[in-house]
Amino acid sequence: MWEGLAGWLGPAEWEAVRLSARVALWATLVSLPFGIVVAYVLARWEFPGKQLLNGLVHLPLILPPVVTGYLLLLALGRRGPVGQWLEAWFGIVVAFRWTGAAVAAGVMAFPLMVRAIRLAIEAVDPKLEAAAGTLGASRPWVFLTVTLPLILPGIIAGAILAFAKAIGEFGATITFVSNIPGQTQTMPLAIYAFLQVPGGQDAAARLAVVAIVIALGALLLSEFVARRVARVVGGR
Amino acid sequence: MTLTLQVRHRFEGFALDVDVTTPPGVTVLFGPSGSGKTTLVNAVAGLLRPDAGRIAAGDWVLMDTAARRWLPPHRRRLGYIFQEGRLFPHMTVRQNLAYGRWFAPRDARGESFDRVVEMLGIGHLLGRRPGALSGGEKSRVAIGRALLAGPRLILADEPLAALDEARKAEILPYFERLRDEVSVPILYVSHASAEVARLATTVVALRNGKVAAVGPPGQVLGDAGAMGARGASSVLTATVVAHHDDGLTELANPAGRLWLPEIPDPPGSVIRVQIMANDVILARGRPEGLSAQTILAGTVARMLPGPGPGVMVHVAVAGQEIVARITRRAAEQMGLRNGDSVHVILKTLSVARDHVGAMPDRTATA
Repeated sequence: MWEGLAGWLGPAEWEAVRLSARVALWATLVSLPFGIVVAYVLARWEFPGKQLLNGLVHLPLILPPVVTGYLLLLALGRRGPVGQWLEAWFGIVVAFRWTGAAVAAGVMAFPLMVRAIRLAIEAVDPKLEAAAGTLGASRPWVFLTVTLPLILPGIIAGAILAFAKAIGEFGATITFVSNIPGQTQTMPLAIYAFLQVPGGQDAAARLAVVAIVIALGALLLSEFVARRVARVVGGR
Repeated sequence: MTLTLQVRHRFEGFALDVDVTTPPGVTVLFGPSGSGKTTLVNAVAGLLRPDAGRIAAGDWVLMDTAARRWLPPHRRRLGYIFQEGRLFPHMTVRQNLAYGRWFAPRDARGESFDRVVEMLGIGHLLGRRPGALSGGEKSRVAIGRALLAGPRLILADEPLAALDEARKAEILPYFERLRDEVSVPILYVSHASAEVARLATTVVALRNGKVAAVGPPGQVLGDAGAMGARGASSVLTATVVAHHDDGLTELANPAGRLWLPEIPDPPGSVIRVQIMANDVILARGRPEGLSAQTILAGTVARMLPGPGPGVMVHVAVAGQEIVARITRRAAEQMGLRNGDSVHVILKTLSVARDHVGAMPDRTATA
């Protein structure tokens, strides 16, 4: 099937699809633990500055993506404070690399992921967690054995939503890591590039079809998995 | 193991101030809603941190502000039976039952899994999830889960309040078995005097955050000040003699024969009967030609004027006490005085089924 797909698409298009999948996968997997922690903190803790954190998390959702990309460039570029530190200590350079594209996608998808998981956590009855506490479970155990299984549908929904968003991310990516074929040219960027050159319409159309299939597939998968998990978790 | 409850706590508009020590067995916290029962239990569970106090089961000190000791809930070694059950919906019954056990220290797994499952009759439910259980089944699983955590203290916060009458009648006997077969102290919250009469070793009656009365159920239930005049009752113990064809059960008591609507307990079993003070009639001589079946002879021990038009007459009947609430007018017409001989008359059908329960077959052991 993959060979067929690769044969149907041109090499440059195939490259863009693979790159997009890799970028979105890493963006989702790496941000997921942070997403769960932030969602838990926002759902269950009260502390000064909570609204500030909430605003910060949601910023990429409301800012123009180009602005988010520009801020990432300022912070994580080779001259940026975080970028310099990353290169000096870990030898990691994200600017104009596929890792940078993953960072941009992850940041843009983060608010969606946190929202889905936060809703799931808020739906868990704190009385169940208190009951687990009286039965001898410490806080971390309560989270692992009660909270986490109960919010699993929300985590899966959030992760798939984030993945779909990461696949489609355009503005922040092109601003932060530019549009380098084979390096940072994900599917949306490739579609944009094909539309800029004469005779690129066919390639753009084929990539558009792939994008639609991936988005629909992700949606159906998330529905299916969340429903299965909810059945197990829901006590039937 | 004695239970020490010394708690002082102040909310907005409410102050809890309790200082009682109760003997081993079932301690029932009794009182109307808003009297501070749940606050007190949550302080024992560690879900609420009181301003000051000391809570201990025997020498197991859960908190002591003077000694700066405060155990978090998960280190208190409790078995908390909640009103709503609070079973984990994503786990099977077996996993729910095993949950507390997994966290208990290895040397503290008191009850065997099989014995608890057998005692509660939940063997056929082990593979199901809570969503597929009835209300009564959930309650039994919740009892089992608490018991299997190897607790040093069992807490039950109105575990029957959410159940209908039939389910209550189904679950109460399991608490009686818990009291009689498990040696862990039990703190049981209730606002139903029938549960107090059937289960309690000691009653702590709460009113507005303060202790209104403490003592054995017979004593506290007859206290109109703690129970309200309409709620006052007494608890008699008697032995089942025989079940008769006409649907009545005959019981023996040192004071005479008692008749009740048929109860399931076999002949020879000792039971408790709660008798509401409003249901008792007193007579000077032994009445003849009366429809009431139970007539017991006794002497007036005390007469306490209650609120309203009634008098609470405590009648000593062969070592036990029956409280009758009669009008002041009747007491004057009869010329009742302390020490007078009277006959206590009980209408058989006035005793409700849930006012009859099993008696602890062991006296409280330390």
